[in-house]
Amino acid sequence: MKRYLPLFTTIAFIALLALGIWSGEVPVVWNKAITVCLSCIGIG
Amino acid sequence: MERLRRRSQYIFALLANAYWLFPWRSPIYQGPLKKLCFPGLNCHSCPAATTSCPLGALQNLLATLRPSLQMGQLHIGAYVLGSLGLIGSVAGRMPCGWICPFGLLQKWLFLLPVPKLSFWRPLGRGPYLFLIVFVVLLPLLVVDPLGYGSVWFCKYVCPAGTLEAGIPLLCLDQGLRRAAGWLFAYKFILLILLLIWCTLTSRPFCRAICPLGAIYGLFNRVSWLQLRFHPDRCVQCEACLTVCPTDVSFYNGLDDLNSAACIRCLRCLSVCPSNAVSLEFGPVREDIGKEDVEQFYPKANC
Repeated sequence: MKRYLPLFTTIAFIALLALGIWSGEVPVVWNKAITVCLSCIGIG
Repeated sequence: MERLRRRSQYIFALLANAYWLFPWRSPIYQGPLKKLCFPGLNCHSCPAATTSCPLGALQNLLATLRPSLQMGQLHIGAYVLGSLGLIGSVAGRMPCGWICPFGLLQKWLFLLPVPKLSFWRPLGRGPYLFLIVFVVLLPLLVVDPLGYGSVWFCKYVCPAGTLEAGIPLLCLDQGLRRAAGWLFAYKFILLILLLIWCTLTSRPFCRAICPLGAIYGLFNRVSWLQLRFHPDRCVQCEACLTVCPTDVSFYNGLDDLNSAACIRCLRCLSVCPSNAVSLEFGPVREDIGKEDVEQFYPKANC
């Protein structure tokens, strides 16, 4: 069983990635990443 | 191998920070590449950053989880966790040793000729603490009346944000300089202390703080890429331990070669004079356990 762990793990995370894309998380990530994060730079 | 790794670190550091138009155009890159999560720690508010930071993105998604669920959107961080998990399931913690720009910085700082301190091993639990508390629990649970949380790790801990984004943006923008207060001062002091620690100890941020390394580390034992130790070939010269940036002591059975602490820099593989370490890609094989190593080298020798 341990032998197939990498395969199961890879499939599981591809599915999770697909879920994230399907649920519309990519534009959310992009919107946050294109604006200056004041918390990150120690302002807000 | 070491030359290849060095080149990889430089190339990825440049690719992650390839937007050099920021003094003339917008203060940060706003193109489509920012939809991708960079596999290493690289603040997406850095003026030159071309991709998003996975830790920042994950915290943002968790901090806005309640409002998004109320609006019927399932934004649980699946995209970020899926990206990280996919990389981790293939290579384990290899991005820490081959890609991460902050890892490269730590390597440079440790080369400075100052007295060196050994790493206090109990601090090795730190990354899990920062991951669970600062990246997951606090953004999820500490929310304002509208249900919005904050990016706790970025705000109160992350030195990459201060170094790559805070300092350059404050230099470029007078308005931000005026707005900087106690929080920036606190983060700046934290950064200086960490940089000093990096000159004294090998990779202290990776080993004691980094939540991204903690995530990748979980995959070290189940990734396609596996390191394999052959104790029958080992001559106990300790060359692997001498070069290991995270002090993984596998030759005497103290640690597992594929333990979460290993950043897969592969220096042990390069320096071993008897080829006692090999790199394999494929289904996980039953590895040599500690008991097997102790059969070859009794505890008295460890």
